[in-house]
Amino acid sequence: MITVDIEKKLKAYQGQQVLKIARQFPLGSIIKIYGPSGAGKTTFLKAIAGLIQPEKGKIQFGDALWLDTDSGISLSPQKRKVGFVFQDYALFPNMTVLEHLQYASPNDSWIARLMRMGKLETFTDHKPEYLSGGQQQRLAILRALAIKPKLLLMDEPFSALDPAMRSVLIKELTAVWNEQGTTVMIVSHNPQELDGLVDQELYFEGL
Amino acid sequence: MPLVLPPSVLGFYLLLAFSPRHGVGQWLHDTFDLQLVFSFKGLVLASVIYSMPFMIGPIKSALQQLPKSFSDASYTLGYTEWQTFVNVLLPNIKASVWTAAILTFAHTLGEFGVVLMIGGNIPGVTRVASIAVYDSVENMDYHSANVYSLILFSITFVMVIAVFIFNKYKAKSPLE
Repeated sequence: MITVDIEKKLKAYQGQQVLKIARQFPLGSIIKIYGPSGAGKTTFLKAIAGLIQPEKGKIQFGDALWLDTDSGISLSPQKRKVGFVFQDYALFPNMTVLEHLQYASPNDSWIARLMRMGKLETFTDHKPEYLSGGQQQRLAILRALAIKPKLLLMDEPFSALDPAMRSVLIKELTAVWNEQGTTVMIVSHNPQELDGLVDQELYFEGL
Repeated sequence: MPLVLPPSVLGFYLLLAFSPRHGVGQWLHDTFDLQLVFSFKGLVLASVIYSMPFMIGPIKSALQQLPKSFSDASYTLGYTEWQTFVNVLLPNIKASVWTAAILTFAHTLGEFGVVLMIGGNIPGVTRVASIAVYDSVENMDYHSANVYSLILFSITFVMVIAVFIFNKYKAKSPLE
């Protein structure tokens, strides 16, 4: 079980607001996160990944305590090692497609499988600036998946993909997640794209 | 402070600091037998202190322009801050680093006040090109002043051109 009980101050339209989330998620489940822009969805993902620090709260992943502000425990992002697909992709301009995946994983056969999955085999030597938006987004997903994370956080990961590519990719990703028992949290604004896939939903009200 | 202090004032304080009669200068002299005042080593160290902000400013600015998600992505892949700096941040500000290094070098090459204070004007030891120009003019030797000036002008001109060629006109300004 993943237990999240955090409070984080956020700058909102009406001034400073407090984002409070207290939920439990079963390990291996797929959770859809949705809600209006600026409601704190990305902040929530970053707090779980350890990229930002909540003022107060606790995050427990299985037996591992990642955050407990009362006892001063806060594991670094490097120790939590969650997969993270950033909304702006966060691809490194100095690295090629292959180098991105090699930076994340030393496992060549795993990298080859990911390349096939993302249909990027013919773009191995391309740097991000020479990829289309959809290709960049796929690379961002594959890089996050390359570390074989137990928890994968995805911030609008399919927004730049055409419906056909999205459907094929989601199918292949689901197979990998099932195979590896990955828990996945996906921020999505598209009501249909995760149909039949989601085990749990988390709605963020506007702040 | 080196950015806003008049070079002669900075040179004067460095002269006091490097003096072998007291403080840091005395400690360096007694411990390592290192005399910085009126030596080429001292001149180089003073120039580094004087020119450092010209190097740091553009690099800091270039780092700040990189999206924070670059380092965040690297951290989630398990890399430390230092590894992230070396593998992700530094390669992506390479053009700015080269630009800053070349322009700082060119700027230091023409430095006058600080090097005169620390190095004096000892022929064959601390007489640098910019001081040689001044010296020649003082002695009414305009031909030598012209030759030295032309050499300095050529070197700095070539450097600025090299910076633009290196950046392939990607930079919006010479210091970016």
